[in-house]
Amino acid sequence: MSFSLIGTGSALPKTIQTNSDLTAFLDTSHDWILSRTGIEARHICIEESILDIALSASINALENAGIDPKNLDLIICPTLGGDTITPSLACMVQEKLGATCPAFDINAACSGFVYGLDVADAYLSRGKPMTILIIAADAMSKLVDWTDRSTAVLFADGAGAAVLTNGNDLKSIYLSSVGNQHALCIPWAKGNHPGLLDKELPIPYLTMDGPEVYRFAITAICDDLKRVTRDADIALEDLDLIIPHQANLRIIESAAKRLKLPMEKFVVRVKNQGNTSAASIPLVLDDLNRHGQLKPGMLIALTAFGGGLTTGACVLKWSKQSNNQK
Amino acid sequence: MVFEKVVEILRNYKDEPELEVTLESSFEGLELDSLDTVELVMEIEEAFDTSIEMDGTLKTIGDVVGLIEKAIA
Repeated sequence: MSFSLIGTGSALPKTIQTNSDLTAFLDTSHDWILSRTGIEARHICIEESILDIALSASINALENAGIDPKNLDLIICPTLGGDTITPSLACMVQEKLGATCPAFDINAACSGFVYGLDVADAYLSRGKPMTILIIAADAMSKLVDWTDRSTAVLFADGAGAAVLTNGNDLKSIYLSSVGNQHALCIPWAKGNHPGLLDKELPIPYLTMDGPEVYRFAITAICDDLKRVTRDADIALEDLDLIIPHQANLRIIESAAKRLKLPMEKFVVRVKNQGNTSAASIPLVLDDLNRHGQLKPGMLIALTAFGGGLTTGACVLKWSKQSNNQK
Repeated sequence: MVFEKVVEILRNYKDEPELEVTLESSFEGLELDSLDTVELVMEIEEAFDTSIEMDGTLKTIGDVVGLIEKAIA
């Protein structure tokens, strides 16, 4: 298939909130949050805009790849939304980077990064030489109801980026969607036109059916990993690393148990990051890359699931030599 | 038959081979939170090769057994 991943980058906002910090305004406890989710702390955009963290992640990724932004052919931002509906987050980053290429956002919620890889793969399969920047950035802190302890404790902010060019890292990829508003929803503003029949304003925050999403997530990881390894002509056991969307430790543990795979194969970073939506997978990729844990030839699976409901998974054969930049 | 199998799965899940379970045993009483209940039901569904509606009204082992018996009838 058609891309090589030649650089990674990430950025987390400065403000860290531990579980104990949340008890100042939420009726919850560190023990409850930790036992149910595996999360201890998360980063929140207090000083930063979404653009700030997206830009920072992009600059890091471009440096890691050794690419000048002026040589970018495309910028894609998987995101639930930047600081503005328009200009898109991708356009705002493009402007700050001094890039001159087309730029657009895509919304596949927490599956966004894998969807972004698939879009990049499709562009590159046209056969023309291209360098593509994917920046997944989400500030979930702006979208959750901070009076709802069942959801607020889960989500966080962050940005992860990857630079892709023509190559052969992608061994298989699979996306799925099943429209479902009940499981997970963040409503949009509907305006106040006087002629509207239903004048009731939607509650502008995330609502979620926890058990339904939990079940969906475990099933997604299991089904998708089996599928993409089969499509890549490898066994599950051949995978060196599995990077799941970092939503909740218990989802990952449950999937590992069902797949009869050791937890050591699964990269888990949710403890100090929380659920950063689309950014979660590229944040992990960048962390692994910076610490020299990704060696050429390693088979890595990404497995994502999120609002939509969407899922996405792929198998990559890592080809980038470590820069040892940390 | 269904009840016995469900008890076996539950005991395995909690790693408590001597766990006392009746049809009236509630998930809360068994110290299973809502996520545990999801996982348990998924295992039970797989064991019986069926699926049941999980809509928040499942409160006891008896509820699950009833739905499984209906589904496989």
